[in-house]
Amino acid sequence: MPKLIKQRRVVEDSWQTLFLQPGEEPETMIIPPGPVLVPLAVWELQRLELRERNDPVGVWLGPEDEPAVIADDLVYLPVIAVRFPHFKDGRGYSTAALLRRRYGYTGELRAIGDVLRDQMFYLHRVGFDAFEPRADRCIEGALAALDDFSVTYQGAHVQDQPLFRRRAA
Amino acid sequence: MYRYDDYDRTLVRERVAQFRNQTERFLAGQLSVEEFRFLRVQNGLYIQRHAPMLRIAVPYGLLSSTQLRGLAHVARRYDRGYGHFTTRLNFQLNWPELPRVPDILAELAEVEMHAIQTSGNCIRNTTVDPLAGVGHREVADPRPWAEIIRQWSTLHPEFAYLPRKFKIAVSGGPDDDANVRIHDMGFQLVRRDDELGFRVWVGGGLGRTPILAQVINGFLPWQHLITYAEAVMRVYNRFGRRDNPFKARIKILVKALGAEEFARQVEAEWAHTKYGPATLTQTEVDRVSAYFTQPPYQTSLPATDGALDQARRNDKAFDRWVENSVHAHRVVGYVAVTLSLKAPGRRPGDITSEQLESVAGLAERFSFGEVRITQTQNIILPDIRCADLYLLWQELVHLGLATPATGLLTDITCCPGGDLCELANARSVPIANGIQALFTDQNTVEDIGELKLNISGCMNACGHHHVGHIGVLGVDKQGKEFYQVTLGGAWGMEAALGKVIGPSLAANDVPGAVSRIVEHYRSIRNPGERFIDTLRRAGVDGFKAEAYRNVSPAEQEREAVNA
Repeated sequence: MPKLIKQRRVVEDSWQTLFLQPGEEPETMIIPPGPVLVPLAVWELQRLELRERNDPVGVWLGPEDEPAVIADDLVYLPVIAVRFPHFKDGRGYSTAALLRRRYGYTGELRAIGDVLRDQMFYLHRVGFDAFEPRADRCIEGALAALDDFSVTYQGAHVQDQPLFRRRAA
Repeated sequence: MYRYDDYDRTLVRERVAQFRNQTERFLAGQLSVEEFRFLRVQNGLYIQRHAPMLRIAVPYGLLSSTQLRGLAHVARRYDRGYGHFTTRLNFQLNWPELPRVPDILAELAEVEMHAIQTSGNCIRNTTVDPLAGVGHREVADPRPWAEIIRQWSTLHPEFAYLPRKFKIAVSGGPDDDANVRIHDMGFQLVRRDDELGFRVWVGGGLGRTPILAQVINGFLPWQHLITYAEAVMRVYNRFGRRDNPFKARIKILVKALGAEEFARQVEAEWAHTKYGPATLTQTEVDRVSAYFTQPPYQTSLPATDGALDQARRNDKAFDRWVENSVHAHRVVGYVAVTLSLKAPGRRPGDITSEQLESVAGLAERFSFGEVRITQTQNIILPDIRCADLYLLWQELVHLGLATPATGLLTDITCCPGGDLCELANARSVPIANGIQALFTDQNTVEDIGELKLNISGCMNACGHHHVGHIGVLGVDKQGKEFYQVTLGGAWGMEAALGKVIGPSLAANDVPGAVSRIVEHYRSIRNPGERFIDTLRRAGVDGFKAEAYRNVSPAEQEREAVNA
């Protein structure tokens, strides 16, 4: 079973991330049993059925997906994943910030795709609490990188007060 | 000036440790070339033509004598005993060894310096007016705001992987010596009634598609500086183009949406975060401002100094230098002074370790131990007593830092170009030196008067050629170096983008063309009229005709490449 960093621990990942295959339509995509993360388009079109499902279901968002679309669904989603097709594409950081700070999502927020240890500190600060580091890399290194810095200037999801307000306190 | 506290010190040291680990993993083959590239550039490290290049931040252009000595030390110990001040207020070492860069950064951290976010697709070093805090027409000191922006933008978790680089300027007043209009985002301090705030500009930038910034908010009360900036950044991070690096700067997004629509999107985003925790407090602004209070000036100095006047009468060379190197100061009896890094035949902006150490000593002796770096690649001593000028000048002559060129044609702003830079299409320094060699007569240069000449070795425009009154851009044509000439650019609130006058020229023809352009100006100007004003009045055609006179058709390129 693939490994996952979840709340600062390395755990087995029981979730399966589903991708639309060429020719497959989001409306008719067959959802296998077990915990699954579905593409946003599938969630939008099969929302009612997926909510009734016995096994847990989550949604993954790509860089261009608008998180506002699921703002009213957050209570049904124990896991939301944000996919980084390439680590240099920083849109997912804003997606996470919006889910946490604007829409108040409190479930598991998972970074998937090209997730590397050198982005871990930033990912964690904007609101990710679960990480699927790229399979070819050392997961313990990624875990350690969560603590690269002990000091932050600006507010974010983790530590929402900027330093100047903490300093005053 | 700002001093690190325990938070700053800890953060910079932890950054050094992080980069040391990344460098070690790269050297051990555990990081790919591309992965390491994104990490090293955010620590100022490029891999260049001959060697790595390390770009060290000079936050908003301020350096203490201790920091000058720190730069001198690392340049001597890890490089060839010199470095280069850039148009973006950074200091570049051109020959460091990659495995030793973490050691360089560790040494810099000890003098409260770093190379964080001096490159890469992130928020870069902030620019302010070089005479911040001493200028006459200042609405408010931009430096505390620049330091607040430095802290907010440093290791910002949401904005480290933007579509492209992002440069911010803060200007203290109406003259805009910080050049807000050529920055991705600019904050110009303004006062409305009794309230301090900012006029907010976005979407400026040079490079391949030069655009001047536009106003998206006429008055932003100071409390909202950071929440508003975050709204701009978030709109840009989410919707800026990522499909093509040449179209990824915020200026392209602002242009595509229109400034009004962009402003509307920012307002919609800001509505959610306005008054949030990032809203600035008076306590914080006071705390940061306390680092930028006035030095202990001597009071009741005379406005004129008899000995100074006498020295100017007796020493023509000194008088000339005073004429263009000394700037008015708000405190009576003091002036600010430019130390020129434009000695003819040298690379503009270069400085040796010995010079850096000597400047550190002079700053301590004469100017409260602090200097400024300018976008024109010179150094300013901001607080000199008029009575010390003659003594200071003699020291500067000895150091080779008294070239009386400031603001004149030979004060050429110039990127390192093809001699060193991997991106360059052509060399730029030989062109600068070639032009300087044609204008060795100081009488002529002074008669020409105020003229900004900027040279870039490629269209990334590090030499800011678009905003030079005369701009020169190196282009590559079938492996040969050619140069486009632009006319009519300008800085500050009169900012304008120069226009290419015609086909590009061979290197040998550039100094002559510049010389004929300047001669044309001298022949048609009205009394007291600056080059740029004559050009605007008379139009470009006469200048263009002169530029191409004597250039044989065989040497001319048929096709003008539009920058």
